[in-house]
Amino acid sequence: MNQSISRPGLSQNALRYRKVRDRIVEVFLLAAGLVAVFTTLAIVAILLYESSAFFEHVPLKDFLTDTMWTPLFADAHYGILPLVAGTLTTTIVALLVAVPLGTTIAIYLSEFAPHKVRETVKPILELLGAVPTVVYGYFALTMVTPFLQIFMPDLPGFNMLSAGLVIGLMIVPYVSSVSEDAMRAVPRYMREGSYAMGATRLQTALRVVVPGAFSGLAAAFILGISRAVGETMVVAIAAGMQPNLTFDPREPAATITAYIVQVSLGDLPHGSIGYQSIFAAGLVLMLITLIFNVIGFSLTRRFREAY
Amino acid sequence: MSANVAPYRNFEALRAGLIRRKMMDKVFVIIGLIVMLACLAILAILFIDLVRDGAPRFSWDFFTNFASRNAARAGILAAWVGTTLVMTVTAVCAVPVGVAAAIYLEEYAPKNWFTAVIEINVTNLAGVPSIVYGLLALGLFVYQFDLGQSIAAAGLTLALLILPIVIVATREAIRSVPNAIREAAYGLGATRWEVTKDHVLPYSTGGVLTGMILGLSRAIGETAPIITIGALSFIAFLPESPFKGEFPFISFAWLNDPFTVMPIQMFNWVSRPDQAFQSNAAAAGAILLGMTLLMNGMAIWIRYRFRKKINW
Amino acid sequence: MEVTTESANTSNAPARARQESPLQNDASSRQSGTPRISITVDDTRKVRTLNVKAAVDNLNFYYGQHRALKNLTIPIADKQVTALIGPSGCGKSTFLRCFNRMHDLQPDTRYEGSITLHPDNLNLVGSGVDPIEVRMRIGMVFQKPNPFPKSIFENVAYGLRLRGVRNRATLGEEVEKALRGAALWDEVKDRLQDSALALSGGQMQRLCIARALATTPEILLFDEPTSALDPIATAKIEELISTLRDQVTVLIVTHNMQQAARVSDYTAFMYLGELIEFDEAAKIFTNPSKKATEDYITGRYG
Repeated sequence: MNQSISRPGLSQNALRYRKVRDRIVEVFLLAAGLVAVFTTLAIVAILLYESSAFFEHVPLKDFLTDTMWTPLFADAHYGILPLVAGTLTTTIVALLVAVPLGTTIAIYLSEFAPHKVRETVKPILELLGAVPTVVYGYFALTMVTPFLQIFMPDLPGFNMLSAGLVIGLMIVPYVSSVSEDAMRAVPRYMREGSYAMGATRLQTALRVVVPGAFSGLAAAFILGISRAVGETMVVAIAAGMQPNLTFDPREPAATITAYIVQVSLGDLPHGSIGYQSIFAAGLVLMLITLIFNVIGFSLTRRFREAY
Repeated sequence: MSANVAPYRNFEALRAGLIRRKMMDKVFVIIGLIVMLACLAILAILFIDLVRDGAPRFSWDFFTNFASRNAARAGILAAWVGTTLVMTVTAVCAVPVGVAAAIYLEEYAPKNWFTAVIEINVTNLAGVPSIVYGLLALGLFVYQFDLGQSIAAAGLTLALLILPIVIVATREAIRSVPNAIREAAYGLGATRWEVTKDHVLPYSTGGVLTGMILGLSRAIGETAPIITIGALSFIAFLPESPFKGEFPFISFAWLNDPFTVMPIQMFNWVSRPDQAFQSNAAAAGAILLGMTLLMNGMAIWIRYRFRKKINW
Repeated sequence: MEVTTESANTSNAPARARQESPLQNDASSRQSGTPRISITVDDTRKVRTLNVKAAVDNLNFYYGQHRALKNLTIPIADKQVTALIGPSGCGKSTFLRCFNRMHDLQPDTRYEGSITLHPDNLNLVGSGVDPIEVRMRIGMVFQKPNPFPKSIFENVAYGLRLRGVRNRATLGEEVEKALRGAALWDEVKDRLQDSALALSGGQMQRLCIARALATTPEILLFDEPTSALDPIATAKIEELISTLRDQVTVLIVTHNMQQAARVSDYTAFMYLGELIEFDEAAKIFTNPSKKATEDYITGRYG
């Protein structure tokens, strides 16, 4: 019997070879997975290492309370507040654009749009988020600002308003897609409960779906904030790069990111205080976005588990 | 209870209210459509504006000239060659690592804290601002690894930047392969790797390709991290050619060469006060935007094709 | 309900010719607007007459090309409980959802025939009739309890708010009345502002009943309301449905034959989208006239 039927590959050696190969491959795959972990560790390590040198030179108190940021001047001041103010202002302007537009689009796509419209519009809308940021910067500087100057003749050529508006536009698809995901996660039976009471689509959307997707909407806004905070090129091009402690969006000001770009454009020697200052600024940026990301992702996890 | 004739049981009143409520529905639909169309219109305006402003610069010379102090003679030769080379490095590094990490997380990883740590890292990396990657590259690649302001440093930086995009897209594709397929293969005595390479991976090709293209389209437009590593923006020479006349015909010397890329070139022109350079910037922007939109369009098309072809 | 108990006595009576249904739309009363339903209660042809709340006439329903309901004709008696039974996929839920036009939420669905709501002769599935208006008049309780992610109070007040009621006192009054009607008031009166999602499954389902009752619907539809509940919660809901028949016409889909026998006055047996048999519940469960019905209720298929 055994001789009449050949069973290739059943020898112990062949099987052992396949099993060993399986283990070796697994090690390689794991190593690839670990790249993500090492990247995070490397980011944290580099930021801490370079900024620790910075903080040896600059007391933390000055960093947090000084109202001037002039590391490259002879009379150097190292107060992060002006950069944080610029970042905050552009972010708020961006959110004022992205939250209403993004939510409206999300409600429309999730509750009103026919399937075909949704499937067609969504990828096109995503393109808004795919446009290179340097192109958006050009758009803000050469189109949006001159347009705004029609209504506000005193608006300077560099200002946070047009940068914020354009960042807002940029994160609309992001806010709308996370919001829409959250609303679509609200189960159908809940909508049916509302429709069965004689509710219209809008009533169902606003009174049942939006409250039901609340944590997801919050996540969308928070992740949107994180995007706006980290946005670099639009502000570097359109908002000017001068640190300026103000919350008036009509004024020019530098954000944390814009400052890093400004320093990088110059030719600072490795190890100088100016060089180290961009890592300190980066550390602050990383901390802000990390906090928002952690809150945002834990909220999205909550809406995925809720139903 | 039925004796109660409150206004909400009065059909005339209810019908009047209903007309109003349905009107609100229609009003919202109109608002929704307007908002959506406005967003799409802005995208169109942006593109048209770039093309219009850059139109005078579109010529063969623009592609074959180096940057120059003279706006009318400046071109993007160094930039597009640089972009091509940097993207090559990025793709070669990010795609295999990203796909492997995705396979590990979906097919191999046990459900434990260690896997959770990797997962959290991937999600978090996707949210790290791109300029922070630039700082990482500046501290690590440029100075610690002594790669300098080279094509290799830029390519590696962007590879790390798009790694989460590749991982997420690949995982999604892998997850959509039904378990019945895996069980069928295991049932025939396949090992895990054989199941993966013979079945799971081939059936997820669409997702992998989509992730790769989306990742590269993000990388191609990234400016901030490359500025941070200190890439020169005025380059009037090309990196060493990867192809040689004599054996072994291929050279990797270009990896260490300084470079510029399209978005940097555009940024450089945008930040000049001289109006003539603005149309150079617009022309470069139009090409950059065109490439990005093209890549995204390709990704959408591939996703659509694969979704249509495979019907689990 | 006398009808039920009296007709239960007929269960042992010898089989009689059932060529014509004992339930007929009384032609003479149709002219006056509200048709009536005549019920034979025993072999002496003693007749009890009830109003018809909704008359289903030759109803067909299509999902695209697929004809899911075939020529259904059933009278739904006013202030009675009518149960729809049949094996899964027989179309009983599809039929139920015609009454409040839930199918209109999906594209490519179509009704033929009519469901006439009395006394005002409104064709519920008529193309000119607004589905939202229909839903405002006909309540529904779903298979899975589906309270909204809001407080208990707001869940019950939802229908009234939709109708534009804002007066706090009116709302409070109606919410209490509805919660009492759903036998839930005593359990939740101290925590009306708590989230509805904190209730137990059975309480949630009674909350959904209260939510439907708050707008005093004319017909209340139940779509397998206890299939997600434990036996104790199920018993409470069944008891509640029995008491509801004084206020509202009830139509209930159930796959549980004992439940249909316990709560319903009339029962319709459906199979593959067709009505096989419709009769008083007692008759269906003790002495069905069709072989298919008997096979189903004795558990030969399901």
